[in-house]
Amino acid sequence: MSVLTFRGGIHPFDGKELSKEKPIQKLLPVRDLVYPLSQHIGAPAVPIVKKGDSVLAGQMLAEAGGFVSAPIYASVSGTVKSIEPRLTPGGIRVNSIVLENDGNYKEVAYEAGKPLEQLSADEVTGAIQKAGVVGMGGAGFPTHVKLSPKDRSQIDYVIANCAECEPYLTSDYRRMLEEPEKLIEGMQIILSLFPNAKGVFAVEDNKVDCALKLEKLVKGQQNMEVKTLKTKYPQGSERHLIYAVTKRQINSTQLPADAGCIVDNVDTICSVRQAVVEGRPLTSRIVTVTGDAIKDPCNFEVLLGTSHLDLIEAAGGLLGEPEKIISGGPMMGNPLFELDVPVVKTSSALLCMSGDEAALEPQACISCGRCVDVCPGQIVPSRLASFAAQGKQEEFEKWNGMECCECGCCSYICPAKRHLTQSIKTMRRQILAQRRKK
Amino acid sequence: MMQHISSNPHVRAKDSTSRIMLLVCIALLPACGFGIYQFGIRALFHIVITVAVCVITEYLYQYFMKKRITVSDFSAVVTGLLLAMNLPVYAPLWIGAVGGVFAILVVKQLFGGIGQNFMNPALAARCFLLISFSRHMTNFFDGQSGATPLAVLKDGKAVDSWDMILGTCEGVIGETSVIAILAGAVILLMAGVISIRIPACYLASFIVFLVLFGGKGFNLSFITAHLAGGGLMLGAWFMATDYVTSPITPKGQILYGIILGILTGIFRIFGNSAEGVSYAIIFGNLLVPLIEKITIPTAFGKGKFNYVTQKTAGGEKHE
Repeated sequence: MSVLTFRGGIHPFDGKELSKEKPIQKLLPVRDLVYPLSQHIGAPAVPIVKKGDSVLAGQMLAEAGGFVSAPIYASVSGTVKSIEPRLTPGGIRVNSIVLENDGNYKEVAYEAGKPLEQLSADEVTGAIQKAGVVGMGGAGFPTHVKLSPKDRSQIDYVIANCAECEPYLTSDYRRMLEEPEKLIEGMQIILSLFPNAKGVFAVEDNKVDCALKLEKLVKGQQNMEVKTLKTKYPQGSERHLIYAVTKRQINSTQLPADAGCIVDNVDTICSVRQAVVEGRPLTSRIVTVTGDAIKDPCNFEVLLGTSHLDLIEAAGGLLGEPEKIISGGPMMGNPLFELDVPVVKTSSALLCMSGDEAALEPQACISCGRCVDVCPGQIVPSRLASFAAQGKQEEFEKWNGMECCECGCCSYICPAKRHLTQSIKTMRRQILAQRRKK
Repeated sequence: MMQHISSNPHVRAKDSTSRIMLLVCIALLPACGFGIYQFGIRALFHIVITVAVCVITEYLYQYFMKKRITVSDFSAVVTGLLLAMNLPVYAPLWIGAVGGVFAILVVKQLFGGIGQNFMNPALAARCFLLISFSRHMTNFFDGQSGATPLAVLKDGKAVDSWDMILGTCEGVIGETSVIAILAGAVILLMAGVISIRIPACYLASFIVFLVLFGGKGFNLSFITAHLAGGGLMLGAWFMATDYVTSPITPKGQILYGIILGILTGIFRIFGNSAEGVSYAIIFGNLLVPLIEKITIPTAFGKGKFNYVTQKTAGGEKHE
């Protein structure tokens, strides 16, 4: 089997050994549960409960604030303590529903869905929308919107993003190893929406065991196959994954559907299955708690809203005093300055690092071109960072600065330790904000 | 408890500027070593003096200008080595010191230090010395008559290419042995310090130029002598590939290499002097911003490789 890939990328220390062999454990929350109303791309959800209300696990707390939005459900039974701004892993304060756990975990009665053959496409996406499923790989884009492109017949690939290219993360790996049937069932549901599509499980070649398992299960199913990708960061970047699998390139302003593709990550597809088959909303996710500053690295199934402090305690606590604690992976994750923040739909990992490699003094650029070699966007990070520093917007756009996917490869590789991604990202955000104003 | 906060990514590769520069120094050692072996202890004096003056000049400038001291990045050592390798062994020992001050102070530091110079400091200093002290800089035979192989070639006479490849011929300290220089080039390529784009395009376009305008057609010994002679090998592998003064865009590097080959050809074949590599490269250095401007890479998913563009173009064809 040929190994698929794209041009550029890096091979950072992957750290997956720490938590790879740890089976997924269920984690019960200790502290109050916090549900930020905005944990997806689009309009914030609108609360439908008020302070003092008793709720059951699986009960809707906030409804979607529009089509591009997602509802939020209680993950435990208990009492609404307050609705107030709370800090999120993203580092901003967001209006959140705070729930006091009564410890009974009493659930609402879920209504199992009809068999797939009896469901119309709209019923399927309706169930996904109702369950509050969003892209759980990090972007948080509402899945029902992704699954409703203009013309469903134009989609010829549904790609399951099983790359998990971020170092240290093993949540998708464990999921594929432990519950591959669920992933495949989820894929079948998504494929039912796209009559001309083929399902592709795109797995990096450092997870051969998962690939073999999936291969065995899809054997004989003509509309599904497993493809092996070269292990390289950022192999799981949507546009680069599409390219690796189909050789189709799209730019930053286009959607996967423009290339006839739908891409969803492992956890998202499993949540789709849960929504359609069991009628259960999204109330939990798999989180890898790892790093060299955590005593016992683990993979947890975590109820949404659980405090990161609970995660650390469940993983045996911290070793010494970590210099950096990151929500997500080391390449694209957000650093935390406060640990009492909740696990949200897009939280894939909690990474505790004893040292901070990024805290080195940047030196002058020597134009070595390593950033150009590794840039998957095939742009020139060092020049773009200079344009950004000098506020040269016209030059920045001319040199394709807007095509940056913010993957971080350039900062990683820079021998002068320049914060290239940061500079480019800042300029990009400014330009995007300007464009929205117009 | 206080944790660090910074923008992603949070990990960094081990490579550093000083490690890269150190690798360049190591890659220059075979040629330096051969120079000392061939020309004797005086060659070592030249190397030591030039390197020391470069490093001290950088240190003193930064110290007195209250700038961060960056001598530990080894870039001044590289400049010193390259400059010393471009000196004839019989030149007075002070000449490397003069060149070193010029290279570091005028060409590098006054323009902002490492990364900011638009000309290769060692080459600019060599050209400065060639113009200012031409007698010393072309003194290959300690006052006796004679010529470098390239000068002999220029006069239309035959030379022994084998001597030139081994390095057992006259020339400046570090450029006579093709084998020693190529050994260094292999180190640079293997360590990923340089890509082959610039040297390969440089040498290829120079060969094409020789065949077309050299007046001897495809004459293998003539071409070999030109490739092995003078500063071409040292220039193509160690000076044209200088990061700061060459284009960063991949296509730009190809274009830059081709331009250097043509310029070297013009200077060597039609010029007065036998040698042309130094002038070709510093001239090429000046073109770098322009070359980059016209070789901005096509971003991933842009242009003709875009799927939607391809599909619409393909669709029209079918109709």
